[in-house]
Amino acid sequence: MSDKTILLDHGSGGLASQELIRSLFLKYLDNEVLRGLEDSAVLTNQAGNLVFTTDSYVVDPLFFPGGDIGKLAVHGTINDLAMRGGRPLCLSLGLILEEGLALDELEKIIISVAEASSSSGVPIVTGDTKVVPKGKADKCFINTSGIGLVDPALSLSSKNGKAGDVVILSGSMGDHGITIMTRRAGIALEGNLRSDTAPLHRLVERVLTGFPSAVRTFRDPTRGGVATTLNEIAEASGLCIELEEERLPIKAEVRAACEILGLEPLYLANEGKCLAVVDGEAADDIVSLMRDTDEGREAVIIGRLTAGKAGRVLINTPIGGARVVTPLHGEPLPRIC
Amino acid sequence: MKHIDEYRDSALVRPLVDELKNSLTRPVRLMEVCGTHTMSIFRSGIRTILPEGMEIVSGPGCPVCVTSASHMDVFIQMAELDHVRVAIFGDLFRVPGSNGSLANASSRGAKVDVVYSPMDGLELARKNPDDLVVFLGVGFETTTPGIGATILAAAREDIDNFCVFSTHKVIPGPLEALMGDPELKINALLCPGHVSAIIGAGAYQPLVDKFGLACVVAGFEPADLLKGLILLARQVSSGKPQVENIYPRVVSWEGNRRAQAMLEEIFEPVDMEWRGLGMLPRSGLAIRDKYARFDAEKRLDITVIKVEEPKGCLCGAILKGRNTPPECPLFKSRCTPAMPIGPCMVSSEGTCAAYYKYGQDS
Repeated sequence: MSDKTILLDHGSGGLASQELIRSLFLKYLDNEVLRGLEDSAVLTNQAGNLVFTTDSYVVDPLFFPGGDIGKLAVHGTINDLAMRGGRPLCLSLGLILEEGLALDELEKIIISVAEASSSSGVPIVTGDTKVVPKGKADKCFINTSGIGLVDPALSLSSKNGKAGDVVILSGSMGDHGITIMTRRAGIALEGNLRSDTAPLHRLVERVLTGFPSAVRTFRDPTRGGVATTLNEIAEASGLCIELEEERLPIKAEVRAACEILGLEPLYLANEGKCLAVVDGEAADDIVSLMRDTDEGREAVIIGRLTAGKAGRVLINTPIGGARVVTPLHGEPLPRIC
Repeated sequence: MKHIDEYRDSALVRPLVDELKNSLTRPVRLMEVCGTHTMSIFRSGIRTILPEGMEIVSGPGCPVCVTSASHMDVFIQMAELDHVRVAIFGDLFRVPGSNGSLANASSRGAKVDVVYSPMDGLELARKNPDDLVVFLGVGFETTTPGIGATILAAAREDIDNFCVFSTHKVIPGPLEALMGDPELKINALLCPGHVSAIIGAGAYQPLVDKFGLACVVAGFEPADLLKGLILLARQVSSGKPQVENIYPRVVSWEGNRRAQAMLEEIFEPVDMEWRGLGMLPRSGLAIRDKYARFDAEKRLDITVIKVEEPKGCLCGAILKGRNTPPECPLFKSRCTPAMPIGPCMVSSEGTCAAYYKYGQDS
């Protein structure tokens, strides 16, 4: 391609659009369904209940340690399908580009989408691109929607929690949120801060195959963090959740950054972690199984559901005291995913 | 993590809870005057393990909270001027004035930049030569030296489009005025760790001499806080008040002399309005004439007009320790972190925000 930046013409639907589709999107995302370039994708011979979700990605910066907006857009939507027990079938890819975006940046994003899609085994089967005048959007926004299949016998929901159930977190908290925030603030910290962006459908599938009746719900604690998601679970199940502060898995570099910036890891976004509410009897075995996967290597039990005050999340502190953990309340966090 | 883990280790910290119980033979009503103490006390769950006879009251230790509505109005007025760009610490963004906040002004197109350090304000000035960057100076002795250093850097580099609107406040004088209020019935003071790093532990000696107040300078980790409470309980129980410093890894008796000298060089004491406490003599810091070119008040010809505090809001009484947040009719109903009415709900270190966030009924 001769043009170095995205022009309004690239979103016109005319020749420049077609050139972009062939030289970039099809080059990296090619598959039998997408190749047809029809108005919509036909998914043949599917049997079972469908799960369907959509999410938009506006992260700034576009590229960050551990990932970029492309990876995030693929993994995030796969994870939303997986949290309901869905086996992801395919994704759509909608791009809103700002006029003047460097073409090689877009190429890097599309290569990343392609890698994430192929390593997850979930193809992009339909897409769309719009270009808006400079200043009307911030470089690149992505929307992905996803469709998956779910076993009709399975009914995962936060409402299913019972007193005595155990809360498992699949790994360390806050890696993504703190990586984005320190990047944006221009704070260079020693250590290895990286986004945790990762697809969770394989971990979910293994747990559901091994323990089909022990799992009440999976949730991915993205924006609002573990604290906000647990409040939603406590609310929906009408139970209290008690956490043990000393068990919360937080990487040393994340803790250090939080101390400097005055943030709490419980409220930071995660993009490759899930919370599982499971039958207390099976909890230890499920943790062992999770630890056997790449995505769940640091899985731990962080608390349990109790018959205490409905909708409340409490944390037991190291000194033997306790405090309430409220959901995130409009703190001035910059947008992070 | 060094300097953190050992102060949070439950095996080390839990015995201190029993020691606190055993140290208390007379009732202690103590005040803490540092927003970070307010939050740390809640975060560590100390309020839930306090022995009977010990009460913790939060004082005017959150700089954002004691910023008057009149000053907020001036901040917003400046932000809306053409060719002015204000630089602020994030906490200030949503603090209401008499008619909206800087967040509202920003949504109308005012240039408001949240920065992490005053030096970022200088960087903004370099990048935006057509704007006058006004750093909104809010804070106690902890924050003011950083802003003073920024003014010196601006002078050194001859950056002409940077200035500061100073509403900086000092702690010792107002604290003395507050402790003189017999209605408060405070007999112990948990002295602010960060402020003390600058002013030194010796600054509290007059409070011991004048009011017989037990004073302990403490840090912010659970072990620091518990040890501080133990020493306060012992002082009250023995009837021998004094200034004790258990934060020597940060605080000395004299404080940071270089920072003190810098403050003296750039700022001079002035009467200052505090939210809830009113106008207090010589409780604020204005920029000296020598540095007038960096003084927003002089450059922009701004006049502060006194406005009333929001109706029904008890922030004033809460800042003095006379009321607790749940006693305010607006608390949790009309006033929440998402829609704050008073400043104690906005700042992440405000007493109302702490009560809201960590719950008092747990």
